Amino acid sequence: MNFDYTEEQIALQDTLRRFYARDYGFEHRRAMSKSADGFDRAAWATFADFGILALPFPEDFGGLNGNAVDTMLVMEMLGRGLALEPYLSSVVLCGGLIRDAGSAAQKEALLPAIAGGELMFAFAHNEAGSRYALDHVATRATPAGGGWTLDGAKAVVLAAPSAGKFIVSAREGLGLSLFLVDAGAPGLSLRSYPTQDGARAGDLRLDGVQVAADALIGGACGALPLIERAVDYANAALCAEAVGIMAALNEVTLEYLKTRKQFGTPIGKFQALQHRMADMVIATEQARSMATLAAVRADSTDAAERSRSVAAAKAYVLQSARLVGQQAVQLHGGMGVTDELNVGHYFKRLTMIGLTFGDVDYHLGRFSDTLLAA
Amino acid sequence: MDLNFTPEEQAFRAEVCAFLREQLPPEIARKVHDGKRLAKDDFVRWQKILHAKGWGASSWPVAHGGTGWSAVQQHIFDEECADAGAPMQLPFGLKMVAPVIMAFGNPAQQARFLPRIVDGTDWWCQGYSEPGSGSDLASLKTRAVRDGDHYVINGQKTWNTLGQYADWIFCLVRTSTEGRQQEGISFLLIDMKTPGITVRPIIMMDGEHEINEVWFEDVRVPIENRVGEENKGWTYAKFLLGHERTGIAGVGRSKRELKKLKTIACRESSAGRPLIEDPRFRDRIAQVEMELMALEITNLRVISAEGEKKRAPGPEASILKIKGSEIQQILTELQMQALGHYALPYLHESLDPDWSGDAAMPAYEGDAGPLSGHYFNVRKTTIYGGSNEIQKNIISQMILGL
Repeated sequence: MNFDYTEEQIALQDTLRRFYARDYGFEHRRAMSKSADGFDRAAWATFADFGILALPFPEDFGGLNGNAVDTMLVMEMLGRGLALEPYLSSVVLCGGLIRDAGSAAQKEALLPAIAGGELMFAFAHNEAGSRYALDHVATRATPAGGGWTLDGAKAVVLAAPSAGKFIVSAREGLGLSLFLVDAGAPGLSLRSYPTQDGARAGDLRLDGVQVAADALIGGACGALPLIERAVDYANAALCAEAVGIMAALNEVTLEYLKTRKQFGTPIGKFQALQHRMADMVIATEQARSMATLAAVRADSTDAAERSRSVAAAKAYVLQSARLVGQQAVQLHGGMGVTDELNVGHYFKRLTMIGLTFGDVDYHLGRFSDTLLAA
Repeated sequence: MDLNFTPEEQAFRAEVCAFLREQLPPEIARKVHDGKRLAKDDFVRWQKILHAKGWGASSWPVAHGGTGWSAVQQHIFDEECADAGAPMQLPFGLKMVAPVIMAFGNPAQQARFLPRIVDGTDWWCQGYSEPGSGSDLASLKTRAVRDGDHYVINGQKTWNTLGQYADWIFCLVRTSTEGRQQEGISFLLIDMKTPGITVRPIIMMDGEHEINEVWFEDVRVPIENRVGEENKGWTYAKFLLGHERTGIAGVGRSKRELKKLKTIACRESSAGRPLIEDPRFRDRIAQVEMELMALEITNLRVISAEGEKKRAPGPEASILKIKGSEIQQILTELQMQALGHYALPYLHESLDPDWSGDAAMPAYEGDAGPLSGHYFNVRKTTIYGGSNEIQKNIISQMILGL
């Protein structure tokens, strides 16, 4: 048993830490969030240089053969840095799907392009009324001329405006399939908007979008297990991002408790606030343990064990995140609810993580239901 | 990053399991699993069995008669013992006074006391708290006055666990009233048979006699029974409280109790279906299981860091204590709740190992009696060993610097 990162992992962590300290401060992030893209394309190019866009891909396709623990490490740092860049959508989710289920030709064509930073992806899966259920897909794939015609609508597709390609889920008969769709494909339209955490998303319409046979990822009508695995992987990554944010919030809150004075004394001298801070530290350490478990199990070949662990971890991490986020705002007093401090922005990102790919109730229910099988 | 145990550690686990299968007396394991009253002899018998195997002191170095096991091995041993239903090895001798004697006692004290702890000859109890000194332990007033080559002790200790069986008590006593209150305390080892010692039971709210108060009236203790220097006892006391870090989480025992909770929830029914099918109750089991999963990993993180001895002490010990105690309480609460109205009857004799039920109450199964009592009993866990509020003071003030 070993909970340490390797020297390479520590070096990568340090690289990302230095990058956020030097090149991606909070005011820069604020400016990037208000830019047309909603993120920093220069940072994305830097990520390509660092190799993190190639991290989870096989060496044969220009990747670094990283595992879910490597992804955890990166996501924790992106959390601390309050990154706007669509690493989760492009690299973890869509890159992961292509890595796991793509044909050799698809991997050859797409993974190096993702790794190099020139091609960005978005995962168009959720729909109106699907909530967090992964099998609720009404978008239809109709066989046509050796390929398919796609018709339907996708809701709140993360990072949609920056995507050069989408991975779209669609139903054919009883099964789900995944298709590569160009952002410029005729019949595809996008209504994009900012999200509460300063990133971008959009709603997608597919009206008779034609895709060729080679657009299919994996086998036809058998995509649900692929989607479940990819989303478990994404949830493990989100756990790590949340832990990074919680650690950052604890640092700024502790500093505030030591410097802010009322009644002639630092407010951190008051026991009510000391115990709240202790609760935040405890919640964060416990969440870190669960995020670690999720990362290790995300690579498991046992699907039941994987999803059971990820469900428990996501539910637990989100509960911890709610406590840490809300109390970080509370302990900052009036300043905590302003736009000026980074606290509110961390809190908004944490809160949105709690609504992405399953909330506490959803994951608690998923984990709880595994008790029936036992 | 690897959450798997090494092949050597897995082989060690298999060895522990085989030993437990062969050597743990089934009648004792039955009592532990059913939550029955354990007699003094059950604890002593198990300690002697462990000692015969050379496993009497899993946390001690070999030089003092321990196993010399790594933190990971100790964890595996604790986990398997708990799962098998072995009685808890009481910490007062093995994990409290012994490390103090090893670190600060003289060779004569080490030779005299340590072998009799590990072989189960001496039963130790703790003399720390006093009626006026709970969380503020350093305010203790039990006086020790020098008289030739003896100290003469007068005062009262309380919250003394299982002292009715004890051969020895380790005590914090006041040897000076000068200066800061922490600087006038000494650490004494006292023979419970010394004239002037009176042990009086305190019956706790579960109706059990587990706790005592101990009175000292002109009790003469040889100077040679003082550990370390006079007036330096507070240092040793803090060492003692901070020494035991990973065992305090109680992960192994809580895993056993979680299993039991699930068994009960499968057996009890609600609206004609097994209780576990009620999502409101099942979610509460799921919630405590998640807490326990997180605690287990946190505990393993601390253990693996201890093995490497390279990290500065952090908030870990306090986190393990707070979360471990809360989980123990939730588990007993849910076990009790799972019984529904059968949690109400109080039958003192139901905790006796040979109690075979009540013919007048045929539906009243064996574990109904113990379960409510355990809920009331483990309210102590968030209070003892430095209350959870004191633990939060430690985190915020000592670790975070507030």
